[in-house]
Amino acid sequence: MYGLKLDWMETPEAPYYTLEDYTGPEARWCPGCGDFAVLTAAQRLCRDEQLAPEKTVFVSGIGCSSRFPHYMKTYGFHGLHGRALPVACGIRARRPDLNIFVATGDGDCCSIGSAHWIHAVRYNMRMVVMMFDNNVYGLTKNQTSPTSPEGLRTYTHPRGAPIEGMDPLQVSLAVRGVSFIAQTVDFNPQHLLATLTAAYHHPGFAFVRILQRCPHYTPRAFAPLQENPSMMSLLVHPDGIDGGESMTRLFPNRIEHDPSDLRGARVIAEAEQGIPVGLLYKNDSVPRYDHASASGLSATREDRVKLLEQQLDWFRI
Amino acid sequence: MANPLTPAQAPQTSEKTKQPKPGKTARIHTVSQRIVEIVSDSGEGAQTAGQLFGSVCAKAGNGVWTVEIIPAEIEPPSRSRAGASGNRIRFSSQKTRNMGDKADVVVAFNDQVVYGRIDDEAMGPGTILIIDRKWRNHADENIRKAYIESLEDFEKRGYDVREVPIEAETLRFTENPQRGKNMWALGLLCALFSRDIEHARTQVRAKFKRKAKVKGRADAIIETNLKLLDSGYEFGLDFFDERYEIPAVPWKEPRVVMDGNAAIALGTVAAGIEVCSMYPITPATSATHYLAAMFHKAGGFIHQAEDEIAAIGFAIGASYAGKTPITITSGPGIALKTEFIGLAVMAEIPLVIVDVQRGGPATGLPTKVEQGDLLAALYGQPGDAPKVVMAASSIGECFHFVITARKIAESLRMPVIVLTDANLATGQSDFPLPQFDEDWLSPPIDQSPWEEGVSPYAWDPETGVSRRPIPGQPGGMHVLTGLAHDENSRVAYESKINQQGMRMRSRKVAAFASTLKPPKIYGDEEGDLLVVGWGATRGTIEEAVDRLRADDEKASAVHLRFLSPMEPGLKDIFSRFKKVITVEVNYSDDLDDPFINEENRRYGQLARLLRSQTLVDIDCWTRVPGKPLAPGLVEEALRKKLAVMKGEE
Repeated sequence: MYGLKLDWMETPEAPYYTLEDYTGPEARWCPGCGDFAVLTAAQRLCRDEQLAPEKTVFVSGIGCSSRFPHYMKTYGFHGLHGRALPVACGIRARRPDLNIFVATGDGDCCSIGSAHWIHAVRYNMRMVVMMFDNNVYGLTKNQTSPTSPEGLRTYTHPRGAPIEGMDPLQVSLAVRGVSFIAQTVDFNPQHLLATLTAAYHHPGFAFVRILQRCPHYTPRAFAPLQENPSMMSLLVHPDGIDGGESMTRLFPNRIEHDPSDLRGARVIAEAEQGIPVGLLYKNDSVPRYDHASASGLSATREDRVKLLEQQLDWFRI
Repeated sequence: MANPLTPAQAPQTSEKTKQPKPGKTARIHTVSQRIVEIVSDSGEGAQTAGQLFGSVCAKAGNGVWTVEIIPAEIEPPSRSRAGASGNRIRFSSQKTRNMGDKADVVVAFNDQVVYGRIDDEAMGPGTILIIDRKWRNHADENIRKAYIESLEDFEKRGYDVREVPIEAETLRFTENPQRGKNMWALGLLCALFSRDIEHARTQVRAKFKRKAKVKGRADAIIETNLKLLDSGYEFGLDFFDERYEIPAVPWKEPRVVMDGNAAIALGTVAAGIEVCSMYPITPATSATHYLAAMFHKAGGFIHQAEDEIAAIGFAIGASYAGKTPITITSGPGIALKTEFIGLAVMAEIPLVIVDVQRGGPATGLPTKVEQGDLLAALYGQPGDAPKVVMAASSIGECFHFVITARKIAESLRMPVIVLTDANLATGQSDFPLPQFDEDWLSPPIDQSPWEEGVSPYAWDPETGVSRRPIPGQPGGMHVLTGLAHDENSRVAYESKINQQGMRMRSRKVAAFASTLKPPKIYGDEEGDLLVVGWGATRGTIEEAVDRLRADDEKASAVHLRFLSPMEPGLKDIFSRFKKVITVEVNYSDDLDDPFINEENRRYGQLARLLRSQTLVDIDCWTRVPGKPLAPGLVEEALRKKLAVMKGEE
């Protein structure tokens, strides 16, 4: 689709944003890093949805993937390790007008930020969370992450990770208040974009786990999935994520799954075989904490002054 | 002299509002001040009675300062020393700015809680002890015996013991005396101190109207409590041979009375703050309870976060999005918030942080007072994290400092920490009715296009101050980061840029310092001894200095409101005194402790700051008793210092 940029028009009314309007400085991830694919998908999503850059905020914690906001041209908040979600919730609290995206990794979200993650799912405040899961700590150079599979050799566990990794899907699906859980892969740009688009349109907290390749430390973590797509199961349903025609060719295994079925979603997440790709769960009617947090936004200065004076009068001697 | 028997003017809720019968003729002494304590087992309502009595005294025009007596547990065992729960009320015919020394009157619901007060050095010879006589006839022989023994001991200690049938009288009006004795005792105190019983009735009505959650029951609850109040009052009029009258202060301006946490909550509303993000922590939380009720009406939101870290993270997010936030916590919360405070400094995010200090380290003394967080507030962050730190010295300042802190935070684009403490939080005092000023409120959020070519950190080279773009402002897009960054918020590891960023952030504090005035000296401008304090000890220090000056000692005091940056002119002020000493409620080594000498002595926190800032050899006298310092205690310590100085001459 083509369009004119704002400053080319003589009577600018509706600006049209191009990819360039979302493209920040050149991304500095390692060559072959899966993060590039997510960045491209996010920029495309912004363009496709024509999100005003000034109304769009990318929030992140610390880690390779948390560099994400720097490579966008929207507002960004690159904060502290593990703490992207509280910041994003605070931004959302009184700003229903903003588009909020969170970039977080498996260490950032599922380890140091795990309390915030669980509670953010529970709060169900509207935002898109892109959880880049590469099964390893990359920025600090090759330590075991909470999602590292048992036996993964890292610098902290040279003989292999001693225990099994956690499953972010199972954990998220176990939290009361969960409203959108999807899983996608960085090596399928169409499915990735379709997933982020569905997440963006979800009226609540949309958690997307992105299986993301780290060419440096976990090159073999997801390579088998690429080489043998039958290890994955594509979740299909009219209410699910529509990645387009080509999905049928790319994913030989398919599971018919109604995303409103929470029990079914949990069964899929717990399955020993067949890594699910697609929308596990979606419920638009879960109460949203951002509705509560935005209460009283229409209160005026006069309301406040009146209350103050009334209260002071109450304490008057 | 006001007649305490003046007929009631108003409400007919109680049948006893008609002309109370005059008690026996009592001698009424006019005195300038009294200190009263009311103590009970936890859950018997002595705290409520004490708070109400404080309000009644304030309504009567007295200067008031109260201190809560709080056990650590919600329901400690009954009849235990450590379980003493209640309130101390000092009220007088002048400004009242500390808790005073020994109590003049203690009302106790049992003998064991009296020992709690004795342990706390709250009583002395001559203290009138009004105690419930019910234990004399208790079914348990051991308790009867213990009570009689206690009473004998109290007599030996020189207390003026008056046994009163508190529970027996209460039982006339309610089946559950645990929920009524306090109101009866309040009536008794109103009689003893010639209070206008109608003031007390008004307070009781207001209190139980708010407390009675079940609608329809409020009237019955209020009715019973008013009956109890009146009964105690009339009993008192009959019982006491000598009663007291404490004339009102001739206040020139209208005043309010409240506790420090209520003042913080009101200050938050007055500052236009819209988001309070918190995690429950003693003794800070009650501020947010009150705030929650007000926000409901004035358009604000309390976020009770999953932890202290998330609480400040949420506040920072709200601030970044242009909404004015506050986070209210205590020492352990400050410890957990440390990394985010550093981020707010680094990324220049305005934020008001209130630290209601309690005893530390670790869990320490959760309900007790300490001034232990000063250095943590200033230096808690790794790296250099310049910020503004201020400390309220009174309940009035708790209100005004939140407003000031909000303004400083937004003008300087940085976190501002306001220190208060457990005594200010739960104690009540009076201060002039604040007159609303339009400037108090934060400005509305700016969503106009960002000026082209202006970077997100366009540091003014002189002051380091810059304006911040807020999401929603077209053209202001940038990535805020906790990494070292240049004016454009671009991550930068170049050494020059890091130096520049550090310099600009520090310069803001220096620029702010240039707007401050030297602190006022309490007493003469020069002399032998200058006492320096900060926070809630101001009234105590000044009273101690008054007593020294009454004996012709050349002592003065200075109280610091700003701890970072320090108020200017301190070195000059210090140079005019032979000796400078801080008085603080935090730990320091004493010079006569084993191993301690002038080189290795660990000083009080303000003393350390002042020594390093001024190179003056400043001494300190600090104690951590878990309660506010009594003026007599400080006076005694200062007298010793003066004696040593004289001996050296």
